[in-house]
Amino acid sequence: MIKRVVDFFGDERHAKKRRRLFYLVLVLIVIADFLVFREHAEYLWERLPGWSALYGFGSCVLLIFVSKFLGHQCGLMRREDYYD
Amino acid sequence: MTDFVHPGLLFILGALPIPILKGSVRKAYVLLIPALAILAVLTMHPGGYGAAQFIGQQIMIAKVDKLSVLFATVFSIMALIGTVYALHLTHAAQHVAAFVYVGSALGVVFAGDYLTLFLFWEGMTFASAYLVFAQRSEQALRAGFRYLMVHITGSVALLGGIILHGFATGSVLFGPIEDGLGFATCLILAGFLLNAAVPPLNAWLTDAYPEATVTGAVFMSAFTTKTAVYVLARAFPGTDLLVWLGTVMALYGVVYAVLENDCRRLLAYHIVSQVGYMVVGIGIGTEMAVNGAVSHAFAHILYKALLFMGAGAVIHVTGRRKLTELGGLYKTMPVTLALYMVGALAISAFPFFSGFVTKSMVVAAAGQDHRALVVLALTMASSGTFLHTGLKLPYYMFFGTDQGLQAREPPRNMLVAMGMAAVLCIAIGVFPQTLYALLPHPVDFDPYTGVHITESLGVLMFTALGFVIFLRALDPENTISIDTDWFYRMGARRFMWLAEKPLARYEKAVSDVSETAALPFLHGMARAGLRIDLRGVDAFVNAVARAILRGGGALRRLQSGVVTHYALAMIAGVIAAIAVFAVAWR
Repeated sequence: MIKRVVDFFGDERHAKKRRRLFYLVLVLIVIADFLVFREHAEYLWERLPGWSALYGFGSCVLLIFVSKFLGHQCGLMRREDYYD
Repeated sequence: MTDFVHPGLLFILGALPIPILKGSVRKAYVLLIPALAILAVLTMHPGGYGAAQFIGQQIMIAKVDKLSVLFATVFSIMALIGTVYALHLTHAAQHVAAFVYVGSALGVVFAGDYLTLFLFWEGMTFASAYLVFAQRSEQALRAGFRYLMVHITGSVALLGGIILHGFATGSVLFGPIEDGLGFATCLILAGFLLNAAVPPLNAWLTDAYPEATVTGAVFMSAFTTKTAVYVLARAFPGTDLLVWLGTVMALYGVVYAVLENDCRRLLAYHIVSQVGYMVVGIGIGTEMAVNGAVSHAFAHILYKALLFMGAGAVIHVTGRRKLTELGGLYKTMPVTLALYMVGALAISAFPFFSGFVTKSMVVAAAGQDHRALVVLALTMASSGTFLHTGLKLPYYMFFGTDQGLQAREPPRNMLVAMGMAAVLCIAIGVFPQTLYALLPHPVDFDPYTGVHITESLGVLMFTALGFVIFLRALDPENTISIDTDWFYRMGARRFMWLAEKPLARYEKAVSDVSETAALPFLHGMARAGLRIDLRGVDAFVNAVARAILRGGGALRRLQSGVVTHYALAMIAGVIAAIAVFAVAWR
């Protein structure tokens, strides 16, 4: 069973099915976020349905590019023999 | 039965017979000790044990309350899991070191006074350093020495703080510090923050953990930082500084994880990030925040160990640790991958996994405390956590480019240990009330509300979308990253350069001067001295000796051997004495 699940995520022949399932999940999450009951919202963004999806995507992109910028342009990343 | 068996001493004393035992007897024995420790923790009652007087101070070996029992519970469970994972080891030394390490961590958790705490604190440092040295490579030895030196520096600060604090307050009992941040308190705090790997004091962790043995790193990931979280929760709840340090920490680890190529170093940066959540919780200091911090420590120990075990299994089987050299293992190691992913989903706080019910408590507590910026930063760090441990690492290790590695599943004991941790990660996520009942304060928090679930899934799955779109930007690169260890690694090198170049040159110049000028002068002086000695002093001494010899000859002539001469001399002497006496009397 484990092997079949793992193969579904790894094998190239499932790529199309995998992508469809992924997009379906994304859409369902956003729809669900519009439907859930929000009893009290402390902050402005908590009242916005779909905010978390936007923030998650934004955070991910920001982290990737800010880190890579720090690594490449600010010299945090060095050759492996830097300390040798 | 006694009320209290110290589980720490059970481990430390229990480590002694390990080298004598062989084969399956040793295996059974090393499993028995953690099992007994779990039993000891479950049956202990709150109270103080082992109170005594030491150098005029009241000390208490063990203080049992809900907070210490919580940490002791997870520590002893983790010791059992880590021992199962290391069961295939043929050498006893690593078992002994791991037991002393766990025992010392438990000693800190129960310590009722600073002196006991410090003793066990040092025990942890030395025992854990062995787990790095045991790897035996040149790189590991160097990292191990750096690890020791940094920790000893921290311990000296801690000891200094303890002594000053003891003088100021007249007591070394360990408890909440309420007299503000004075010099003594700052020293103690610095010692604690170093072990919690709070930037800029974090580099020892990401430097040493990836160099430790496969089994040793599993222990290390669990104990040192979480012991520090415990002492912070005990001594410094509600210290505002910690909120900001923790927030920076949570993002710091995530940023560095993007750049990392070594699989266990990437996980080590996520320890820094996750401990950030705990430090924030302690800094906020409300009941809910402290509950969140310590419950997150509980969950973190289990899922982080699971992640280290998964990465360790890959290293054990393939002998490779860089993401650029790994890939395509899902075909040969599907069970390892599945178990690793349980840990990854738990650290990422997916619903029904342990991180979801603990991490959210810290974030919710920050929200209730009106700290919007902290909430946003921690949510961003959550996104980064899933990005790396849940997506990047498994993708490049198990999927990605197939490197054609000859791999297989790791030994059965490793899989069993991972299975135990995985079951607990899910059990905590599904039945959070069991964990909540152990927390130091009453819990009024329900993680499973609709909005919390959709929000979490939104953040996580759209992070996955970002990952899919920008996958190429995340390709690991064959580099290392400069962290704050640069200061002491390069600083030490500069110091050595200073010693080898300018100082050595100065030393040579000084010795040159002494050779060309001072030495001939001294030689001349010595020769002159010799001449004076021979011609002056010796001649005088010889002359005196000759004179005495001659005087002795003259005296010998007086000794005639005739009794009447001697009697005559005595009478003359008596008369002379009487004459002198009479004159003096007068």
